[in-house]
Amino acid sequence: MYLHFGAVLVFLLFSVAFVAIIYGISALFRPANPSAEKLTTYECGEIPFGGSWIQFNLRYYLIALVFLIFEVEVVFLYPWAVVLRTIGAFAFWEMIVFLAILLVGFAYVWRKGDLSWFTPSGSGHTDATFSGK
Amino acid sequence: MGILEERFDPNIVTTTVDAFLDWARKSSLWPMGFGLACCAIEMMATSMSRYDLDRFGASVFRSSPRQSDLLIVSGTVTLKMASRVKRLYDQMAEPRYVISMGSCANTGGPYWEHGYHVLKGVDRIIPVDVYIAGCPPRPEALIDGVLQLQKKIAQQRVVRKAV
Repeated sequence: MYLHFGAVLVFLLFSVAFVAIIYGISALFRPANPSAEKLTTYECGEIPFGGSWIQFNLRYYLIALVFLIFEVEVVFLYPWAVVLRTIGAFAFWEMIVFLAILLVGFAYVWRKGDLSWFTPSGSGHTDATFSGK
Repeated sequence: MGILEERFDPNIVTTTVDAFLDWARKSSLWPMGFGLACCAIEMMATSMSRYDLDRFGASVFRSSPRQSDLLIVSGTVTLKMASRVKRLYDQMAEPRYVISMGSCANTGGPYWEHGYHVLKGVDRIIPVDVYIAGCPPRPEALIDGVLQLQKKIAQQRVVRKAV
């Protein structure tokens, strides 16, 4: 029984050895000219300023959540659509139930007004850019 | 200098090792995804299916200088951009190569005389390996530039002492 995991062990050893060998060879032959500029943070050529611990607008969280709803939907819909002919009517109605559950969440978000950037009930306009110090 | 870099006299072993390393370096040039002006449009066309730079192993455009070994300066280097270009070049891992693409990057091009805002040639701030003429150069010219660079890399001495 445990012998079956021998393949996993061999795989593990191979992957560790492969990385070690590749990094070892690269360390032997590479040019080594360390400089302070080489280690600077990559910000598309700009000099980074301030901390990276800025506070993003909380609304992006909602947008990400709504995006997740549709993303999960697509992830499940694609394989389902490919094999739909072979798995029959039960799977069809199962997916309909799944979509209905997602639609409830969608309707909730819509009703709350989170799809429009300006809330109907809120204090009006909020800046779309992140407001961090 | 690296651990084994430029430490050995030329003989059958070191020349073979050098040939292998140069082959490896020239066959997997990873350019940086970095476009400056209209030359960048030609650069994009070169990497796409019609001209297919991937045939020469040089079309895996990376989004970070840490992963790239080829900087294609494709376009007008304004004085404002020059410091950025320099910084990006500094951030690239070695060995790193630079192709200066088009008249603007070579000499300032049409901005040579009156372009108060343009750097007159990118080789004033970073070392350039290959210059490509044209305004902008056609994709074939960029491919030729990459091939020239590959020829140059194939001549490099890695573990052999420099002449």
